[in-house]
Amino acid sequence: MPDIDIPARPTPASPARILARGVRGLMMPHRIAMALVALAGLVAMVLMMDWSWLPAYLPRLWAGLGMTLAMLGASVVFGFLIALPLGVAQVIGPRPLRWLALGFCTVIRGTPLLLQLWLIYFGLGSLFAQFPELRETWLWPYLRQAWPYGLFALTISFAAYQGEVMRGAFAGVPYGELEAARAFGMSRGKVFRRVWFPRALYRALPTLSGEIILQLKSTPLLATITVTDLYAVITRVRQATFLTYEPLLFLVAVYLCLSAVLIGVLRWMETRVPQHG
Amino acid sequence: MTDQPAIQVEDLHKRFGTVEVLKGVSLTARPGDVVAVIGGSGSGKSTMLRCINLLETPSAGRISIKGEAYEMRSVRGEMEPANRKQVQRIRAHLGMVFQSFNLWPHRTVLGNVTEVPIHVLGVKRAEAEARAIAVLERVGLGDKRDAWPAQLSGGQQQRCAIARVLAVEPTAMLFDEPTSALDPELVNEVLSVIRDLASEKRTMILVTHEMAFARDVATHVIFLRDGRIEEEGPPEQIFGAPRSPHLQQFIRSVA
Repeated sequence: MPDIDIPARPTPASPARILARGVRGLMMPHRIAMALVALAGLVAMVLMMDWSWLPAYLPRLWAGLGMTLAMLGASVVFGFLIALPLGVAQVIGPRPLRWLALGFCTVIRGTPLLLQLWLIYFGLGSLFAQFPELRETWLWPYLRQAWPYGLFALTISFAAYQGEVMRGAFAGVPYGELEAARAFGMSRGKVFRRVWFPRALYRALPTLSGEIILQLKSTPLLATITVTDLYAVITRVRQATFLTYEPLLFLVAVYLCLSAVLIGVLRWMETRVPQHG
Repeated sequence: MTDQPAIQVEDLHKRFGTVEVLKGVSLTARPGDVVAVIGGSGSGKSTMLRCINLLETPSAGRISIKGEAYEMRSVRGEMEPANRKQVQRIRAHLGMVFQSFNLWPHRTVLGNVTEVPIHVLGVKRAEAEARAIAVLERVGLGDKRDAWPAQLSGGQQQRCAIARVLAVEPTAMLFDEPTSALDPELVNEVLSVIRDLASEKRTMILVTHEMAFARDVATHVIFLRDGRIEEEGPPEQIFGAPRSPHLQQFIRSVA
């Protein structure tokens, strides 16, 4: 036992109570003042800037938002699924596997995502185009579009970052808990499913929310390989209307809202986790 | 009750690298026996206990539980379990209580106790929970079933760990210094639970530093020193009339 005081973890709270606590927190004088300033800024933006383009582009903006969220969601889910074996391999894998996983994480985390995206899209894309046989297969309708390459790049990127997090989370589960599971006759698979994985997951959850937010902010890079996500739509708006600030401010507002919602949801999940010690 | 030993250990050796921790230990626990294992630090007590459920793999020797010996094979001169399924099946009924409790912190008290019956033994949830509630009452945690392990005191955690073992209806219970990690004022609540269980004629192997307790509950006491059994016998003899000078000195030093 460490002899420093560790604050007790909050007991799982209902969404209503979290909301009530949040509202109470917002009622501080300096926060009210800041909120008023922000509100004034918002009113000024709405009244003094040109938003006439917005209604016409709304359907395309919705589609772009859908693409952004689809890319985010799919890359987080697939990336996480790849991160699990990456984490496990680095903790208990035989040496070659451990090195492979470590190498993958190091290379992907050590190079810019934009670079990976371009290498995969322009590199793989032109490589595939050299095999006419591919055009006959069911894969071709996908391979000739940009988004599969984008999704692939985002996925391996998320997998590499999260794989590193999972490595730490798996390694950090106290050995005695796993030993107890073995001592009660659990098979290796059961020890993993019932003890090791849930314990590691709960430990990794706080970092996971940070990684997801970072991933959201990486999605605009997809616009550079012609995926029409929200950012790409806004770029079109700017080119068509010659407006600079309005579309960009709109983008700021949307990403902020998405981040806020994601943070809220993930924080709520964290409070529900039975994590003690 | 048959006369077949619940646990039989024959000529157990264990090496870690070049260090031989156990140098030929044998013991027999018949059903209802409470075997207390005492000895100084580094004498091999815990290692011997951990060999019984193969948490440590013996280097040589034979261990059988209810007459069934672990199937071992030799790989490059090292023994290893030959039949993992057999090991898992035997372990499921050899409950172990650890020095540091090792409860699963992501499950409630009830969840810890029902975990093995439901997920290893295949007992139905309702049945497992009914039984878990009964064993929790038994160890005095009836009102804590929905608490998380971290909300319990050390003594309560250890009693929960004992309930976790009782829930699998163990052939034998293995206690690895169950009170060594507890604050002094919490030791007695755990010892009194173990004493109750001993009086029910449950088979136990108890590695402990609590000499008064060992003398009180054990049917047989083993004094390990330097990887060998230096002396063994009924508690009255071991504590009342120790023959070996080392044992005499050990008893003086811990009394």
